[in-house]
Amino acid sequence: MRFITLCVRTLAVSESNFISAAEHAGETFVLNLGPQHPATHGVLRVKLTMDGEYITRAEPVPGYIHRMHEKMGENRNYAQFLPNTSRIDYLSAMHYTHAFVGVVERAAKLEVPPRAEYIRVITSELNRISSHLVWFGAFLLDLGGFTPLLYAFDDREKILDLLEGITGSRLTYCYYRFGGVCNDIDDEFIRGTRAFLEEMRPRLKLYRELVTDNIILRKRLIDIGPISAELCRKYGATGPVIRGAGVPYDVRRSEPYSVYPELDFVVPTHAEGDCMARYLVRMEEMGQSLRIIEQALDRLPEGPVLGKAPKTVKLPPGDYCYAVEAARGRFMVRVISDGKEIPYRVKLRAPSFSNLSLFEEASQGMMLPDALAVMGSLDLVIPDIDR
Amino acid sequence: MNLPEPFRLLVFLLGTMAFVGANAAYLVWVERKGAGRFQRRTGPTEVGYAGLLQPIADAIKLMSKQLILPPGVDATLFRLAPLLVLAPAMMCFATIPFSETLVPRNINVGLVMVFSFGSIHVMAIMLGGWASRNKYAIISAARIVSQNVAYEIPMLLVVITLLMVTGTMNLHEIVQQQAGGFWNWNFFRLAANPLMPVTFIIFYICMLAETNRAPFDMAEAESELVAGAFTEYAGMGFGVFFMAEYANVVIGCSLATVLFFGGWQSPIGVLPGLFWFLLKLYLLVFSVIWVRWTFPRTQFYGLLNLSWKILIPLSLFILLLTSAVMKLF
Repeated sequence: MRFITLCVRTLAVSESNFISAAEHAGETFVLNLGPQHPATHGVLRVKLTMDGEYITRAEPVPGYIHRMHEKMGENRNYAQFLPNTSRIDYLSAMHYTHAFVGVVERAAKLEVPPRAEYIRVITSELNRISSHLVWFGAFLLDLGGFTPLLYAFDDREKILDLLEGITGSRLTYCYYRFGGVCNDIDDEFIRGTRAFLEEMRPRLKLYRELVTDNIILRKRLIDIGPISAELCRKYGATGPVIRGAGVPYDVRRSEPYSVYPELDFVVPTHAEGDCMARYLVRMEEMGQSLRIIEQALDRLPEGPVLGKAPKTVKLPPGDYCYAVEAARGRFMVRVISDGKEIPYRVKLRAPSFSNLSLFEEASQGMMLPDALAVMGSLDLVIPDIDR
Repeated sequence: MNLPEPFRLLVFLLGTMAFVGANAAYLVWVERKGAGRFQRRTGPTEVGYAGLLQPIADAIKLMSKQLILPPGVDATLFRLAPLLVLAPAMMCFATIPFSETLVPRNINVGLVMVFSFGSIHVMAIMLGGWASRNKYAIISAARIVSQNVAYEIPMLLVVITLLMVTGTMNLHEIVQQQAGGFWNWNFFRLAANPLMPVTFIIFYICMLAETNRAPFDMAEAESELVAGAFTEYAGMGFGVFFMAEYANVVIGCSLATVLFFGGWQSPIGVLPGLFWFLLKLYLLVFSVIWVRWTFPRTQFYGLLNLSWKILIPLSLFILLLTSAVMKLF
């Protein structure tokens, strides 16, 4: 009985927060932002209750591109599910594959050669830069600036070419294998990556001068859409969103994996929590990724790139987790095994879903263009939300 | 032009329409080419040499498309809006002096006429948005009205400042006053108004806002409102809105040329007036395109704040300053 009263009371409190005076007076209208809308960058639908141009309620309706990745994981063996992971968030495929490979390696206690770990770090960080470049372009597109998109894609093209050279694919890489990576990197890749590091630093400076310091952009981002650390904790937001709220939470540091503990990099944080903070966190992360790649290339050991792994992987019964810092935040794979070839349960913890869920509360009372700026600053990838 | 009156009327009517049509078509090409260059790509290249036939191909495509009338729209207003947006834009050209002799109608209240016809397109876009029966279009219609009300005021204040300097509303006479070297252009007439360049910048910003060009393209705002007031328009209905946008840009820039940069007057005294007029005009048009592909869009309230809190007080101050300077010296 007490539980029911508590539920009703909680409901009443949240209801009173969410219904404005205009909504009571019946002076609002419902605006369907999506599933086809230029600012959602995919098939996300947000049901907006609008009072003029002010948003009184924003209800995200995900599910338009749900592909049942978790269920697919539960009816095929580990090697067969591996390519699926790169299709969840197609912009940071390396990190997602890393998490799945990592959970299997942790559970089956597979040895990964050090060279493979360094290659994983290099390719992961290249992938992070390319993902952030897509975000940079798309975010500026949301704000009405079209040109940065093509500059960002120009840089991203170089990364895609590099990764294509060693993995064979340009977007949904299936490069990591249980116990290492499938191809060794060659001199051409190393030369190309070093050249890219040289080219990318002046480009980041160019973006800073031309875009970050632009007065219109600063007016559009500073003090817009503050997201506090409490709100992030409430909804489980991670990645640049929580780092933009001043919390230095980065899986690479807080739950270290691979060879990240050996590398020297800082976790950029900005305490303001507004759109500008999230913007700056991502821009600085690109610079940090360049640093990581440089160190990893310098320390790259010789040796094999693929350790010993059984032909058919069978995990001992148990419950296993592995988390990585993907471009959008903490991605975790949880596998429950009953000892068979096929996992009993696969749970994918995707960062975009948690980051989207705070949008309803964060966009209260905002005007439409500001709310879209907030949505852009969350860096949503819709297939990552729906899985 | 010494033609008998009916012929003269016909020639200028056809000439204006052809000028607007050619400008609308080829400014799209210039914009796409320019945007391509700003963005490290080539722009249209396939149709004709350097894509020069692309606007014609686009026009044929748009004209061959069905004019969709969505259910529930106000059919009359929905069809009328594209016409209402283009016709006044063409009317404005009636008083613009292209050169010493090439001026369709040399009337004494030319400036007032340009402004009165120039304001109609706002109402037309609002009608289009209203009649579309689309929520994005309604938001856009509401935005465009408040935006244009806000920017008409500083623009007219600037023009009044200029009128005090020139003493006439006849565009032909305004240009004639600026004869003999570029230092006689209104832009450099610092003796009458020491803040003349600022006056021009206010005029330029207001012109961008009045013609709904980026960074003030609140009515279209494709990443927020899909296509704003034009969301429901298909085929040539949309094409006409598009033409009108460029026609308005050309009018805004020709007005700036006439008012600030000496119209057809040559800065060095060579080459015919028409050449100089078009050169100045297209340089300004190019700057408008440049701004569009460089800056992100402003927020809507930021746009209104800019007008009410900065531009209007500033232009009022310039007005007072000019009258004080003219009275004292």
